[in-house]
Amino acid sequence: MEEDFKPGEPVIEVRDLYKSFGDLHVLQGVNLTVTKGENMVVLGRSGTGKSVLIKIMVGLLKQDRGDCIVLGQEVSKLEGNDLRDLRLKIGFSFQNSALYDSMTVRENLEFPLVRNIPNLTRAEIDEQVEYVLDAVGLLQTINQVPAELSGGQRKRIGIARTLILKPEIMLYDEPTAGLDPITCLEINELINEVKEKYQTTSIIITHDLTCARETGDRIAMLLDGKFLKTGTFEEVFDTDEERIKSFYDYNFIQ
Amino acid sequence: MSANKKQFVYGKNLDNALLAVYDAYVFFIRFFREVFRGRMEFQEIVRQCYAIGNRSLLLISLTGFITGMVFTKQSRPSLSEFGATSWLPSLVAIAIVRALAPLVTALISAGKIGSSIGAELGSMRVTEQIDAMEVSAVNPFKFLVVTRVVACTIAIPVLMFYCSLVSLLGAFLNVTLNEGTSFIAFFENAFEQITFLDIWTSVAKAIAYGFTIGIVGSYQGYNASKGTEGVGKAANSAVVTSMFLIFIEEVIIVQVSNYFRI
Ligand SMILES: Nc1ncnc2c1ncn2[C@@H]1O[C@H](COP(=O)(O)OP(=O)(O)OP(=O)(O)O)[C@@H](O)[C@H]1O
Ligand SMILES: [Mg+2]
Repeated sequence: MEEDFKPGEPVIEVRDLYKSFGDLHVLQGVNLTVTKGENMVVLGRSGTGKSVLIKIMVGLLKQDRGDCIVLGQEVSKLEGNDLRDLRLKIGFSFQNSALYDSMTVRENLEFPLVRNIPNLTRAEIDEQVEYVLDAVGLLQTINQVPAELSGGQRKRIGIARTLILKPEIMLYDEPTAGLDPITCLEINELINEVKEKYQTTSIIITHDLTCARETGDRIAMLLDGKFLKTGTFEEVFDTDEERIKSFYDYNFIQ
Repeated sequence: MSANKKQFVYGKNLDNALLAVYDAYVFFIRFFREVFRGRMEFQEIVRQCYAIGNRSLLLISLTGFITGMVFTKQSRPSLSEFGATSWLPSLVAIAIVRALAPLVTALISAGKIGSSIGAELGSMRVTEQIDAMEVSAVNPFKFLVVTRVVACTIAIPVLMFYCSLVSLLGAFLNVTLNEGTSFIAFFENAFEQITFLDIWTSVAKAIAYGFTIGIVGSYQGYNASKGTEGVGKAANSAVVTSMFLIFIEEVIIVQVSNYFRI
């Protein structure tokens, strides 16, 4: 399914999405459209279902009802090779990095590459691994294992591991959580660089308003299982809604 | 939404038990569906075989040697009552090859290898490494489960042969110290009574045990629940479940082989 998306065309469309775990109703009618080339930031408190939402987008979880259409295909209906092909176009950076801890950084990066693009020569593999490592600024860690890396380095290796497949869509799950302000700035820059270099469409999940302002073209605020407000940073926070204001105040007083 | 409320058919516990059995069955079938499909991860299988040997060799050497020696020592009094201590090597060899070596190997492997597969895959599940493979369009079942199960099915029979050998050496040590039998005489006597059926039965046992240890450990780890607690639970139930199944298989295989032994 090769479809060329023009700028401004919707790449991810979520309509009236519901997801519960037993009695816990996490998503209750989520609507979201992300257009090509855009960085969409999803804000929301812990446990509001931000991770669940992007996991539905890659088919790790299935919604109870509603549509989740990525690159023109309903994700929950895809199976086998179709799902594989879609996942190849999506980079998913996990909240806790999820690096393979029995492998070195080099092996972590080679792992998806050699299994998805067969018949690469050793030189081509090395070149691509080094290219993405260089893009995230961590070439010197190539022979280290994840246990030897800092939290920020892991996050960046995690991002590099998804970039190696040249995704069209990047989903970042809290890329700056738990990092110091300077590392946060570096990650923000990295996200913007990725957007330019790889022409990606991205969803960035975060609690961090600085990150939201630096990286987001638009911002969506998830509250009680729904997007309360979507728009630019100024539009979202220029409001009288109590909960949005308290989110803002809390963040900048911290 | 009240549609989400669970309806139980036979009551909560029985329902959950049946669902667990069904789950395990699906996992088992999935193994056979995926083992011959797509690219085989030979390198990973070799690595796993090596890891299995590495983890259990020392313990198996020690236990096997002691089992052989102690078993010989314990059997001597009853044979010497009939003045038949010269039968000791063949008696011990039969016991070791038919029963002791497969069982010792299986129990040690269940403890050492089964638990580590459970813990390893469990922690990969909990830290989302398995999900990470899935979203990078790599089949984690093929890479993690199939390789481990195949490696166990290959490596545990090899370990069993090794264990038999070491046990026989333990027995030899005891016999030569007491009766002064030579190495060659001992082994000639030992293998006199061992038939092809004995060896094939043991190989069948070891293959079954190896497969069981691999698939049970993988199943528990792969389906570990979230949280660090899930890892411990996976490791623990990997050992308990596979030991339980091994004893059941032991009974069945011995029954079947006795049917051929006329
Ligand atoms: N696989 C699952 N099974 C059961 N419950 C789950 C599962 N995944 C998520 N949940 C529940 O759904 C809720 C939302 O989880 P989610 O991880 O999406 O939160 P989040 O918005 O990403 O929070 P955080 O900012 O802390 O990461 C949580 O209460 C969580 O317990
Ligand atoms: Mg989350």
